[in-house]
Amino acid sequence: MTSPADDKQNNSAPIIEFIDAEIKRGSQTIWSHGNFSLPRGSVTAIVGTNGTGKTTMLSAELGILPLSSGKLNVLGAPAGKNNARIGYVPQNYTEISESNITVFDFVLLGISGSRWGFMPSRKQDREEVNKILEFVRLQEHSYKRIRELSGGQRQRAAIAQALVNKPELLILDEPLANLDISSQNSIVELLSQLNKKMGMTIQVVAHDLNILLPILTGAVYLLDGHPHYSSMNNMLDSQLLTHLYGTKVEIITTPQGDMFVTHNSAMEPSSRTVHDEHLTKDAAQWHSAQQAQARLEANHHNHADSQESQDLQED
Amino acid sequence: MLYNPEWMTVLQTSFVQRAFIAGILISIAAAAVGYFVITRKSTFATHALAHIGLPGATGAVLLGIPVLWGMGLFAIGGALVIGALGKRASDREVATGSVLAFATALGLYFSNLSSGAAKQMQSILFGSVLTITEDQLIIFALFDVILVALLLIIFRPLLFSSLDENVARAKGLPVTLLGIIFMVMMGSVITVAVPAVGTLLIFALVITPADTAMMITRSPLRAIIATFVICLVSIWGGLLLSTIFDMPPSFVIVTISVVIWLVTKAIAAIRK
Repeated sequence: MTSPADDKQNNSAPIIEFIDAEIKRGSQTIWSHGNFSLPRGSVTAIVGTNGTGKTTMLSAELGILPLSSGKLNVLGAPAGKNNARIGYVPQNYTEISESNITVFDFVLLGISGSRWGFMPSRKQDREEVNKILEFVRLQEHSYKRIRELSGGQRQRAAIAQALVNKPELLILDEPLANLDISSQNSIVELLSQLNKKMGMTIQVVAHDLNILLPILTGAVYLLDGHPHYSSMNNMLDSQLLTHLYGTKVEIITTPQGDMFVTHNSAMEPSSRTVHDEHLTKDAAQWHSAQQAQARLEANHHNHADSQESQDLQED
Repeated sequence: MLYNPEWMTVLQTSFVQRAFIAGILISIAAAAVGYFVITRKSTFATHALAHIGLPGATGAVLLGIPVLWGMGLFAIGGALVIGALGKRASDREVATGSVLAFATALGLYFSNLSSGAAKQMQSILFGSVLTITEDQLIIFALFDVILVALLLIIFRPLLFSSLDENVARAKGLPVTLLGIIFMVMMGSVITVAVPAVGTLLIFALVITPADTAMMITRSPLRAIIATFVICLVSIWGGLLLSTIFDMPPSFVIVTISVVIWLVTKAIAAIRK
């Protein structure tokens, strides 16, 4: 049993701690000199271009992939020791078109999936699953097959399975990939609730920072083969982001105080081809009746031309 | 197709009755693995294992040992290799397909070496459910008991790791070991099911009914029970019709299984 004093100490201790950590696959170093720690209750994005080792970092934290050198402590013990207190949602977890499993059974596996021997599921487990499904707003879909759900609902089902063990740390790999904007927002809203109401520490691998900005407390950048941590204050540095993505990036703060990251064509290097951008007015005009008629005629003309050339070919 | 007026008498012969009993035992074995094969996306590996068993079977005839022993040795050996390579390896279609082709060729070579094996070739490729002996039935029954007991023990962890290896691994499950155990189960099931329809047609008995079952059910356990029923209907129906109309049993068994699958798929498509 932990005394209140211990709890307090635990609360201030970092949830994840990298000490000169390095990961290799074969002889190739994925990243090295990882020195940072993430505090309890933080929401951290892991950012980097493709192939920089974001998923590898998650695998290391779960102890699936050993470090080649250095130390990595998660929840106060070496990585892999405390996995029971971690919820993990891999990328495309619910792209399981081959399975007929229902949402309910899928979430239940989060509890019973590591139990050996065949016995009926326990009542308390089923109640727990129902509670979580209600929380992620999937209770009316609970007897649908996973493959019958929309992308956003699938992602919520995947998160529900991770939540059913009441984790202290939630790790998500690209949870917003392939989702439309409203589904992305609903996932971010869900993460925000988990963090604010339950104090859950969250780590998200992400490509697009914008939608996560309101809930982030910091980010880990995988850059030049090293992870760099920045807190929210230093995170949005356009030079850093530009360096990171290899394209000019600008930070914009609206009068309301919202910030977003944007691609700025005025800042583009001259070598880059023209950025395809149009005024709304212009775009709207293309759809006007007059233009449509003109386009139709042009098409018809083209079509006649191609018909002609086809005829010629046949001769 | 010729109507056999004596079919009632034929059904009462001991070799046909043994075939009916074998139908139950084979259905149990096929149902135990079919659901997981599809969930684990290992369907092609199943197809390959049946063919890897072929040189074992013809080689066994060459050496004068029971066909099923040679078949089992090769199928399980192949299963161990595929299992050790991991779940992703079973998706490597080119590698698996090349090994499959080579194994079939090797099977042909062995059968060429002895006239006995050449005679057996037809029944290994297309099945010979009517030649199953009483001793074989006892072995099948013992095998089913072991298979079902093993499946009951590993059921949930196997299901969990079939959905995603990394999540299961993070939960501390021995994912690689489970993969190897499952592959060995599959290799054994194939060995047992080959007498019914042969190596070439086994897909229709181990995979097709499971896919049908997964279309009509919503839980793994119900899918497995439905697979058993569809398998049994296919084998028994095949035995009955082939006796009445004097057709090769393998042909009718596979036809029933595939027709049930097609009709279910069509109904599912219309409902959508």
